[in-house]
Amino acid sequence: MSNNTTKKFINDHSTEQAKKEAILRKPQVVSQNQSVSVKTKIRVENLNFFYGNVKALNNINLGVAENSVTAIIGPSGCGKSTFIRVLNRMNELVPHTRVEGKVFLDGHNIFDPCCDVVEIRRKVGMVFQKPNPFAKSIYENIAYGLRVNGLKDPNVIEEKVIQSLEKAALLSEVKDRLHDSALRLSGGQQQRLCIARCLAVEPSVILFDEPCASLDPISTAKIEELILDLKKQYTIVIVTHNMQQAARVSDVTGFFLMGELIEFGPTEKIFTAPSDKRTEAYITGRFG
Amino acid sequence: MRKDITQKLGFAILTLCLLITLFFLGAIIFFIAIRGIPAISWEFLTQPPRRAMTEGGVAPAIVGTFYLTLGAIAFALPLGVASAIYLNEYSPRSFVVNIIRMSINNLAGVPSVVFGLFGLALFVKFFNFGVSILSGSLTLGILILPLIISASQEALMAVPQSHREASLALGATHWQTIKNIVLPEALPGILTGVILSIGRVAGETAPILFTAAAFYMRGFPRSLMSETMALPYHIYALMTEGTRPDKQTTIAYGCALILLVLVLCVSAIAIILRQKHRSSYVQ
Repeated sequence: MSNNTTKKFINDHSTEQAKKEAILRKPQVVSQNQSVSVKTKIRVENLNFFYGNVKALNNINLGVAENSVTAIIGPSGCGKSTFIRVLNRMNELVPHTRVEGKVFLDGHNIFDPCCDVVEIRRKVGMVFQKPNPFAKSIYENIAYGLRVNGLKDPNVIEEKVIQSLEKAALLSEVKDRLHDSALRLSGGQQQRLCIARCLAVEPSVILFDEPCASLDPISTAKIEELILDLKKQYTIVIVTHNMQQAARVSDVTGFFLMGELIEFGPTEKIFTAPSDKRTEAYITGRFG
Repeated sequence: MRKDITQKLGFAILTLCLLITLFFLGAIIFFIAIRGIPAISWEFLTQPPRRAMTEGGVAPAIVGTFYLTLGAIAFALPLGVASAIYLNEYSPRSFVVNIIRMSINNLAGVPSVVFGLFGLALFVKFFNFGVSILSGSLTLGILILPLIISASQEALMAVPQSHREASLALGATHWQTIKNIVLPEALPGILTGVILSIGRVAGETAPILFTAAAFYMRGFPRSLMSETMALPYHIYALMTEGTRPDKQTTIAYGCALILLVLVLCVSAIAIILRQKHRSSYVQ
């Protein structure tokens, strides 16, 4: 079912696809030229990342268009999770790490000393590999994010909790037990709760770090449908091990290998006519 | 030897060890109860000692032990939990911090009489608190500080890193994350540390010997600055001094029984709190 949605979607947006191709080919021009109709949401320039002395990311350059889904694929240990965790500065929590280069979010470098990391993390939401709801009720899991961001009115909070659950396609399943522990939900429901929690604080970008890695196929299909739906309002970057998933949900795909961005382009092109041999080898399953 | 026989033998040895442990546990409770119960009466629980401690009750000692325990926990709990939070959540994982951690763990192994002397030097003499509930509580508090810190640290470490990340990813600050996510999840573990500490504090004799304990008092302690009787020290005094060992021994067992019940009661409160907290979060 989700396959059909994907195809339909690609046909509907073929012109948008063409615009994105144009952006990808000439990244520098786009970031300066405001007249282009598709806005670049995130621009990564000369990004290097180190764990101690080990270089995990080597000179990454790419641009992510607003309201698109960008998939990051590659074998284990290629740096794709490291990359996505740089985008909301989550990797700073790991001791002895260092970052070089620039990441622009809406034109502002997120590593700028005057940039507030807490605000960046609110704007750039994240859904993790393993569902990680707090040991609180379903309701409190979502209300928490609202409260830490200064919302106090209980009526507004309740309204937003309901809205977020609705957006994450979870409301119908949990509406009678909002005050039950979130830990009682199934894995797939927990992951959608994590998405709802993330949506509640109104980010503009959502990072998915292998969101379906620990889920069964039906839950995975639900999350994928959700991602396609969320694309209308949010810019999405998703790391995935599953290449069918990348093909199903993304507009643009980046292939990482040993800390380098080997190829970055429209998903259709990457999966049908990759320009790099290594990309082709990975996609056809010769390694990884 | 065949595999299943080895396994049976293994389980048999484990069962035996458990039974031996249970035997001693049962024996302690049995002997204390058998010898202590004859001493227990309403008068014993509510009256001060009379006739050179050969008659009357031990009420001032009960109240004293209760105050000392409460005081020690009130002092050590906030300080210990705060230190654990700093060590676990804020400090960088450096060489110096590791040294601090090791020192704290080693502090837990220091003999309690050493703490007693330290308390005498610092609180009684230097701060001039005198021999008082205050000096005794502070000394006992320092005694259990390492216990509370390491229990809290373990509880904090058991909180999954992914929960901290999830909170930070929502735009929560470090402090909001600690206060709302990490601490509530670590609370059951911290309470376990408190339970262990209560047993330790209530039963310690050496640290209060020079800092808080009075041999005999006619009434209850009136303020933080007054001396107090305490159950463990009272047992010690009854068994080593006095003119009527036969009568005093019974009273000593009575005190031991009360001490046991007192510790059990306070622990029960902490256990109930912990269970209540757990069940409200998990499942």
